[in-house]
Amino acid sequence: MSVRHALLALLTEGPKYGLQLREEFVARTGEVWPLNVGQVYTTLQRLERDGLVESDDAAEPGPQKGFRITTDGEQELSGWLRTPPDLTSPPRDELVIKVLVALRVPGTNVHEVIQVHRRYLVELMQQWTRLKEDEADFDLGLALVVDAELFRLDSVIRWLDAADGRLKRAAAEPATPDPAATPRIRLKVGVRR
Amino acid sequence: MTLLELRDVSKVYGTGPAQTHALDTVSLSVEAGSMVAVMGPSGSGKSTLLTIAGSLEDPTDGEVFVDGAALSGMSRAQRAQLRRRFIGFVFQDYNLLPGLTAAENVALPLELDGTAVRKARIAGMAALDELDLADRADHFPDELSGGERQRVAIARAMVGQHRLLLADEPSGALDSVNAESVMRLIHTACKRGMAAVVVTHDAQLASWADRVVFLRDGRVADQTRPTPGPETLLTPGPGR
Ligand SMILES: Nc1ncnc2c1ncn2[C@@H]1O[C@H](COP(=O)(O)OP(=O)(O)OP(=O)(O)O)[C@@H](O)[C@H]1O
Ligand SMILES: [Mg+2]
Repeated sequence: MSVRHALLALLTEGPKYGLQLREEFVARTGEVWPLNVGQVYTTLQRLERDGLVESDDAAEPGPQKGFRITTDGEQELSGWLRTPPDLTSPPRDELVIKVLVALRVPGTNVHEVIQVHRRYLVELMQQWTRLKEDEADFDLGLALVVDAELFRLDSVIRWLDAADGRLKRAAAEPATPDPAATPRIRLKVGVRR
Repeated sequence: MTLLELRDVSKVYGTGPAQTHALDTVSLSVEAGSMVAVMGPSGSGKSTLLTIAGSLEDPTDGEVFVDGAALSGMSRAQRAQLRRRFIGFVFQDYNLLPGLTAAENVALPLELDGTAVRKARIAGMAALDELDLADRADHFPDELSGGERQRVAIARAMVGQHRLLLADEPSGALDSVNAESVMRLIHTACKRGMAAVVVTHDAQLASWADRVVFLRDGRVADQTRPTPGPETLLTPGPGR
């Protein structure tokens, strides 16, 4: 989550104070991302240093200081909105590691390990879905945030389901381990460490 | 009040080496006002569980109670009446009658149960309207898209005063917006006192349920615990 760009975006609506920026940020993200005032001021200082925002020169840093976006800031924001996030190199996923490790630990039922995580993820999704229940006070910003979170968790569950099925099939087949397979997998995962 | 209870239900198909234990001592109870989702891999017994719960098939072992009454003690006619009056079904393959329009398909269960045709049609139209299908009322099933057919099947299951909804993959052919309105509809009906068992592969749908039961090889392998309110999402915890 880029707090920097979120603040720039809020400033495209007109000049604002730090405290106001914090409140608006929290409100617009459906109160899902907490943000403290300190973070807001540090970020604003850096934005100012980089020439992306300007402040009322006279005032001391603090609640009385207003900020506005510069032309450079607008360009930066516009570029950022269109830059694809780095999805090509997946973050080293703790859950993937856990399932791989479960395969190696004697006496561990990997399906049971998978089910523990599946249940936890479904429970988490239930909590997010509760936010949708009351359609009346469900604002659009929150709806988008909740959907994103649900799709993310859902994709993890799908991966668990696929892993579960793959492992079940592998166990049913006669064991003819390809000696090269294991080290290769280990290498690929290990590389990102 | 428990509307549906399965007590140690087992189902074996076939004999000898071709035997399949589709369900193995499954116990499940569903209270009025609650929605239970059933998840599990293909072949784990989800559809079997629904057909047995809906009295469409007999268990090999165990007992099913609907609104407190044991199905094994009922005659065929009594069960048929129970299904018409009490239970709404959404089948995995929709089961719409090809010779009837969407509106006629939806109104049919009411008419079969003795509701006057006009009244049944009005209730049917209302159900179609809830699913945004009013303008498709006069289409025949083969003139509807897959997702529309699915929603007609759901409207048919929801029409009337059914107290128990049994739905098998009710959103297989739906995009996420329609799937969400279907789940919202079921959820709202449950808040008004209906009970529902929804079989699904889709965790997003399952997450509308009060409780999610995981089947594996015909057994209840696990289920979710009661969920705390969404407030706790805002406190960073383990795994977030
Ligand atoms: N009428 C039948 N005769 C014989 N075997 C059956 C019959 N119906 C189901 N089975 C078997 O019972 C098992 C459970 O089937 P069921 O249809 O309940 O699975 P499911 O969980 O609904 O799967 P899916 O997700 O693919 O719909 C499967 O192995 C299936 O082959
Ligand atoms: Mg099925």
